[in-house]
Amino acid sequence: MSDQGMNESRMVHGDKITKVTTHLSQNEALLFERSSPGKKAYQLPELDVPAVDAAEALGAENVRAEITDFPEVSEVEAIRHFTRLSTWNYAIDYGMYPLGSCTMKYNPRINEVVARTEGLAWAHPYQPESLSQGCLEVMEHLENALAEICGMDAVTLQPAAGAHGELTGILLIRALLEKRGNPRKKILIPDSAHGTNPATAAIAGYAVENIKSSETGGVDLAALEQLVTSDVAALMVTNPNTLGVFENNIVRVAEILHKKGAMLYMDGANMNALVGIARPGDFGVDVMHLNLHKTFSTPHGGGGPGAGPVAVKKVLEPFLPTPRLRRSGKKLTFDYKRKHSIGRVKSYYGNFGVLVRALAYILAHGGPGLKNATMDAVLNAVYIRKALEPYFDLPYKSPNMHEVVFSDDRQSKLGVRTGDIAKRLIDYGFHPYTVSFPMIVHGALMIEPTETEGRLEIDSFINAMIAIAGECETDPQMVKNAPYNTRTSRVDEVTAARKPVLRWKP
Amino acid sequence: MRYLPKSESERSAMLEACGVSSPEELFAHLPEAARLNRPLNLAPGISEYEIVEYFRDRAASTALGYTSFLGAGVYNHFRPVLVDTVVSRGEFLTSYTPYQAEIAQGTLTQIFEFQTMICQLTGMDVANASMYDGSTAVPEAAMMAVRATGKGRVLISKSVHPEYREVLATYAKYQGMPVAEFGYVAESGELDLEDLERQMDGLTGAVIIQTPNFFGIVEQVKAAAEIAHRHGALLVVVFTEAVSLGLVAPPVEADIVAGELQSFAISPSYGGPYAGIIAVKEKYIRQMPGRLVGQTTDSRGNRAFCLTLSTREQHIRREKATSNICTNQALVALMATVFMTVYGKQGLRELAEQNLAKAHYLAGKVKPRFSGKFFNEFVVKLEGKTPEEINKALLKKKIIGGLPLGRFYPELADSVLLCATEMTRRTEMDALAEVMA
Repeated sequence: MSDQGMNESRMVHGDKITKVTTHLSQNEALLFERSSPGKKAYQLPELDVPAVDAAEALGAENVRAEITDFPEVSEVEAIRHFTRLSTWNYAIDYGMYPLGSCTMKYNPRINEVVARTEGLAWAHPYQPESLSQGCLEVMEHLENALAEICGMDAVTLQPAAGAHGELTGILLIRALLEKRGNPRKKILIPDSAHGTNPATAAIAGYAVENIKSSETGGVDLAALEQLVTSDVAALMVTNPNTLGVFENNIVRVAEILHKKGAMLYMDGANMNALVGIARPGDFGVDVMHLNLHKTFSTPHGGGGPGAGPVAVKKVLEPFLPTPRLRRSGKKLTFDYKRKHSIGRVKSYYGNFGVLVRALAYILAHGGPGLKNATMDAVLNAVYIRKALEPYFDLPYKSPNMHEVVFSDDRQSKLGVRTGDIAKRLIDYGFHPYTVSFPMIVHGALMIEPTETEGRLEIDSFINAMIAIAGECETDPQMVKNAPYNTRTSRVDEVTAARKPVLRWKP
Repeated sequence: MRYLPKSESERSAMLEACGVSSPEELFAHLPEAARLNRPLNLAPGISEYEIVEYFRDRAASTALGYTSFLGAGVYNHFRPVLVDTVVSRGEFLTSYTPYQAEIAQGTLTQIFEFQTMICQLTGMDVANASMYDGSTAVPEAAMMAVRATGKGRVLISKSVHPEYREVLATYAKYQGMPVAEFGYVAESGELDLEDLERQMDGLTGAVIIQTPNFFGIVEQVKAAAEIAHRHGALLVVVFTEAVSLGLVAPPVEADIVAGELQSFAISPSYGGPYAGIIAVKEKYIRQMPGRLVGQTTDSRGNRAFCLTLSTREQHIRREKATSNICTNQALVALMATVFMTVYGKQGLRELAEQNLAKAHYLAGKVKPRFSGKFFNEFVVKLEGKTPEEINKALLKKKIIGGLPLGRFYPELADSVLLCATEMTRRTEMDALAEVMA
């Protein structure tokens, strides 16, 4: 690899950049290219039992040959390898990460410490319940806290992530409707919804019918009235929706569905706008999921793990996944005998290590603190909207909550698209916002700052966005070729898909 | 509050810029009926020290200090120190899914290495960037096989992890995907190939087996593949004990491998988070669920990596996607990557050999019920006492005995599943055998 230097000469507006400077970035080969025979990064203890001949114990035909090209590196090389790779990433710990819909808030380190508490981290899921009471108490505490936050009657912690929670929720609806005699055929989904919603409905065996958003970006009540027939099982709604706008008609939406025997599912991806302010259970939602890796601060870790608890009203409780946590006096146990349950959606009891982190977050904030966090999250987003409205087109004018969605309408006339602006933002030391989503906004810039950004960082972001809006006018071509200030310049994703190379080969 | 970085004066200035006088005003547009007009019924926030104390107190009423012979899908292996060193780096811990390739090359490069190592281990051509866990990888693999063959029926062996089969049943129930089970040989604990042959038909798209199976026994993958393929079905091979791949022949005859990587430096953590994988033969790439990282170049011509083939995925294809999966287990997969790097080619084999040796030492003291060849766990039939009675006696010696199998296999109500790993000491095995004898 050559030319890893930062190409500063091409940074036309470099003088405006205050947040980033270039720094030494090390090259690093792949593990396989670093390997040489006989190198080791491990030492096993001396065996305290007789060695066994593998061919004899397993049968010669069942013993593998050596693992061709598997890494062979020393300990020092191993740690340098991963440390060098790590420096090629942007992260919340570096700065603002305003990805709309993703709620990239600070991940408190205490969460990591307590998740590693030995008696919890090394608990085996099949150890006796009498020796698991501490784990079960953590789960009970979290179930109760989430039920209170959502205004719901019962919570399952089993689903592994948001989309998995969606599947669980829709299966619950299906099970209830089936018990009532007819599972129905369709799920209604607004055209502003996350892609997981329709994909989930399909996996749960439902047809998907899209509802067009109203002029204000919400659910169109007249369209809904028409679409809700006895074939409709549920509406999946995100609230606030993907424009960051609260569904002001949500109570009415629930009534329309309930009158026809259909259910209201809420995608809780945007719950960071509501905690302590409004509760889905109070405004008519029957079932919802939460993303603990968004609202409750557990780290995204480059794409996971998450946890997607599902909260329900009493009527859906009998159908929740097996097993259910039960308290009898001082003892907590799992109840496996539930004849109406949809069954298991995951082995064991959920992503327990993520649940520990989320509870640590709730304990740290406490009830009043959680509400303060929500208010700061909304304040940051509204502040950004006010500051950037003169420079970027705002297609939906309704009051926004925790995120704000602009369009590239003005800049695209100059030949610059939202994706280009996003790449240029990298040069200013920020992670881009969410690009081109929601799809109801042409060329969307979806910005979610979260509550854990201070004024300085927010102002710096705003200045960068304003500077880029200027650059789009003075030098659009420069913006289109960004980023310049990164170790890796614009990546050719088209070739990656056309000629897939998905593993290293010698 | 320590997670909120604004001073009161900064907050006031920002509120003023927004044209409001209090934060509550930002919510004035919410309909009254939707609003919570009381504080949340949750205790006030507590300090870092109190949080540590809270969880330490909970951990005190768990199995701390006990020796365990539990396996059954979750294994007690040593976690090399480097693993936590690497995953604690904020650059890995606090980054998002690597959509912006230019500033996510660390994660992308690492996933590319992960995909490569999973291929090397399993003998498959392509591996995805991870699934939630082994249990959810199974229905995803089944749905994939059904898509690829156009045949809707699934046949799964009874010796696949019982909870994985339960998860498959939940996913299958509403998709018109009938699932049938075939048995194991009572004497050997191996796949009942005759039963498989008997139950095969032209409508079956997937045959699912596990090796080593739930009883720890190494299965005849080749024979199962021959039967599946002869009837036009794909063979899905599941694994729960990834360490076995250091020594046991990879399931190269499979079309799809669906596995659990918990053994690779992922702490048991009372059942999760773990990391699953799906690895396949090349011709099935476009039917795969989950994220894939591919190699390409940047505009300067340097090697670079990015997420690719995303036209399979929900954010592009919506209801026509191959799966609804979005979040995966990237950080947990990184643990596995570091683990595989630390042990490497020689170490993984040596580690597997130690597991084999420990389990066979134990089997010399307490006799296995089945005659099949096993890796690091095996079934023991108890004489005279029930599993519950034996385990109660063991707990008095601070030993957690084997998993009583009656809850999953009524015909094995007199049996337990015992596991020994490199972490199990000879003296502990001797103590167990003494009580079980």
